[in-house]
Amino acid sequence: MGDWKTITVPAPSSVLDSKNTSQYTSEKKMSPSSLNMQQVLRLPLPSSKSTHSFFSAFCTEENVEQSISYLNRELTTLGFPSLYAESKGKELNLISILNCMNELLVLQRKNLRAQEDVEMQHLKLGSDMDHLQNCYAKLKEQLEASKREIVGLQERDRQLQCKNRNLHQLLKNEKDEVQKLQNIIASRATQYNHDMKRKEREYNKLKERLHQLVMNKKDKKIAMEVLNYVGRVDGKRGGWRTDKTEARNEEEMYKALLRDYEQCQKQLLVENAELRKVLQQMKKEIISLLPPQKQKPRERSEDGIGPVLSDLEDDVGELNKENMWELSCETVREQLTNSIRNQWRMLKNHVEKLDNQVSRVHSGALTDKDVISREDHELETEKLELEIQHCKEMIKTQQQLLQQQLMSPCDDDTTVLLQDCYLLEERERLQEEWKLFREQKKNFEKERRSFTEAAIRLGLERQAFEEDRGTWLKQQFLSMTCDSKYLENVKTQSATSGSSDQDNHLMNTRSQQKKPRSLSSVPTSAELCQTIQHTPYSSSPCAISNKTTEESKPNQWEEIYREETE
Amino acid sequence: MGMKTHRASCVQYRLIVRDVNTLQILQLYTCLDQIQYVEWSSDSLFILCAMYKRGIVQVWSLEQPDWHCKIDEGSAGLVASCWSPDGRHILNTTEFHLRITVWSLCTKSVSYIKYPKACQQGIAFTKDGHYMALAERRDCKDFISLFVCSDWQLLRHFDTETQDLAGIEWAPNGCVLAVWDTCLEYKILLYSLDGRLLSTYRAYEWSLGIKSIAWSPSSQFLAIGSYDEKVRILNHVTWKKITEFEHPPIIANPKIIVYKEVEKSATVETQKLSFPPTRELASSLFSIPSKYDISQVPMSLQYIKPVADRANPRIGIGTLAFSPDNCFLATKNDNTPNAIWIWDIQKLKLFVVLEQLCTVNSFQWDPRQPRLAICTGNSKVYLWSPAGCVSVQVPMEGDFQVLSLCWHSGGDTMALLSKDNFCLCYLEREEVK
Repeated sequence: MGDWKTITVPAPSSVLDSKNTSQYTSEKKMSPSSLNMQQVLRLPLPSSKSTHSFFSAFCTEENVEQSISYLNRELTTLGFPSLYAESKGKELNLISILNCMNELLVLQRKNLRAQEDVEMQHLKLGSDMDHLQNCYAKLKEQLEASKREIVGLQERDRQLQCKNRNLHQLLKNEKDEVQKLQNIIASRATQYNHDMKRKEREYNKLKERLHQLVMNKKDKKIAMEVLNYVGRVDGKRGGWRTDKTEARNEEEMYKALLRDYEQCQKQLLVENAELRKVLQQMKKEIISLLPPQKQKPRERSEDGIGPVLSDLEDDVGELNKENMWELSCETVREQLTNSIRNQWRMLKNHVEKLDNQVSRVHSGALTDKDVISREDHELETEKLELEIQHCKEMIKTQQQLLQQQLMSPCDDDTTVLLQDCYLLEERERLQEEWKLFREQKKNFEKERRSFTEAAIRLGLERQAFEEDRGTWLKQQFLSMTCDSKYLENVKTQSATSGSSDQDNHLMNTRSQQKKPRSLSSVPTSAELCQTIQHTPYSSSPCAISNKTTEESKPNQWEEIYREETE
Repeated sequence: MGMKTHRASCVQYRLIVRDVNTLQILQLYTCLDQIQYVEWSSDSLFILCAMYKRGIVQVWSLEQPDWHCKIDEGSAGLVASCWSPDGRHILNTTEFHLRITVWSLCTKSVSYIKYPKACQQGIAFTKDGHYMALAERRDCKDFISLFVCSDWQLLRHFDTETQDLAGIEWAPNGCVLAVWDTCLEYKILLYSLDGRLLSTYRAYEWSLGIKSIAWSPSSQFLAIGSYDEKVRILNHVTWKKITEFEHPPIIANPKIIVYKEVEKSATVETQKLSFPPTRELASSLFSIPSKYDISQVPMSLQYIKPVADRANPRIGIGTLAFSPDNCFLATKNDNTPNAIWIWDIQKLKLFVVLEQLCTVNSFQWDPRQPRLAICTGNSKVYLWSPAGCVSVQVPMEGDFQVLSLCWHSGGDTMALLSKDNFCLCYLEREEVK
């Protein structure tokens, strides 16, 4: 739309100015139908230098009529009387114009006042708002402060109540004690009174007796009548009391005391020795307990144990020696007790460690390593168990077979004999077979040697043959020029025959070699088969070894055959 | 009372000596007045009979029935009389405890000991009879005099730090003398034979103190029973307390065996009834037999709260006794007068509690074995040993209230005394196969 500046214009200003402003305000309310007019009327941005130029933008010399009519229209729509004198004329009604202008001014003033009022009220409200906010903030602070104070007071109240309770308790205790003391005092008082009364009664009796005695003239004689003197218990005569006897009595008394003390001391010594022995034993046992487990704590770098234990062992040696002499001096005793205390502490620590380990294991808080090992362990145990089962079954079956064999209907002797016979037979058979086997082995060795020799010979012969051939061919070639055809044929024949002969010879040799071989091979293989058949129930390793040897032999032969056929 | 083979009993003014095994009357002596006290001499040859009213002591001989001896205290009066350990001297305590006169039967000589203390146990002889300790009081202070019994020489004389000495007792080994103070002060002093103070023990102040003490037969322990219902045991090495035994009215520990005497409901078989009823039947009807039952723990004993404003209240441990083998200690708490507590000394723990139907009068250990005999004033005598306990009816016609009992030194016989009669109880020894 363009920049419309709203400029607050002071109330009394030029007519043009007011017009212009109203124009602008009215133009804001323009309907879209009057867009054209707006465009026509709109002008480039007025500079702020002069408001007059701004105000003169609406109406110029050219569009006076139009502006008048526009103004008239606007004013009539607003309810003002028309500017024209008549409804259609072009003559302006000055009075109505002036009235309209005045009305507009009044309206403008009213609006300004209203605006002022509104602004004033706005300001007032703003300041009220500020004031209220301040009040609110202050009140909030006060509330916080008072809340804190309440909490503090409550805390103090609680403490005071606690103190009060304690004091009550103390008071109660004191009261109880006072009561107890009062009771004690009361009982003591009654006891005192009772004793006092008793003493007084006795005193009274004494007084009476004294009185009686004083009054009584006749005094009863105090005497002893005895028929005759009685002998002393030990038969001796009574003696006078002299210094010697007094001294002797003292001596007797001291002797009796000493005897008693000596007896006491002896008992204590015996007890001491026993206890010391027990301590020594305990020490040895503790030492024996600790070293095997010393390896575990070694990981935890407890270097203190090593030297301490060595010290203790030294101590043990020393103390043992010393105890033999049964010293009971302070230092020895201290050493022994200290060393035992140390060892006991170590043992206790160790046991505690073990306990912890055990408890950890039980509670299941294990590391991964432990978990895996346990699984492995279980698997292994299962495997081992299976193996054990298998072995057990095997043993059972074997036993059953044995039983079956032995459960023939004979009596024990014959069964035993039979068992022996079977064993002997088997053993003899085995021995025979072993013999055969050994012979065959020897034969094989021989044959192998002969084969190798034959191979060597063959090689040499071939070499020789090749050389002969070579020389013969040379001769032939040389003699070919002479009697080539006939001689060729013959020679070739002879050559072929010779070669064939040689071949045959070779073959013969081969066959010869073969023959003994074949001759020997067939029975040997047969024998081998037999042996193989015969030894199904004998120990398997033997059979396996036989098989391997037999297998190796034909392999060798095959190689040899292959060589020869090449 | 009972010596090896004879039993002396006195009736009014007659002294009857019987044989223990057959109860046959061997001797009969007549005294001048009613006999108050009878004592055998240590060698069992003489018996003294004391008549306090007349102030006379008469001594009789068993070997020579004709022999007689009379000691007249005259105006001095007589309060107590006893033999000396050698059996040849008689110690008479005159009235008001003015003096102790030592009369010798060998030499007819007299000795006087001045200012003896008038207390519960003022004279104590060592077990071997060599020494005598006597409590004296002069100038409001307590003293102890030690005499050699052979010639009555004063060996030692020393004062004790007691307020008002209540009693003295020698340890069985004869080397330590226990001296304890009045019940207003818990204090026990231990003196050696030569008069040195070995140790003092005080458990507490102000409350009522020691009521009774007992030495163990080996002299290792000294048991002190006090008014606070506890027994404290001191050991002979350090003379310090090693343990204290409490006697609460409620027994809670399940390891303790409690034997409770219950009445057997007597079923009278009508067939046996005859008219007129025989004496035995009558007595058996009147006295209901009883037996021991084992009670379930926890159980509470009958507790008596005594009147607080009386002197010498019936509270606390009134009686203590060690068994002869040193293994058990029997105690009686006067607050629970129906119960006897037996403690195992080897373990220093309570072993057995026996609860009777009536108040226990007295109990005594067999001098040879750990067997305890108890009487409660009814017509039964009760025996306890580690093997068990038994309630035995005294088979007498009429009513026989057993007021006290006394073992024979041999251990197999027991004398039960009632007011007017006595009977002997023979225990069969179990044959060891």
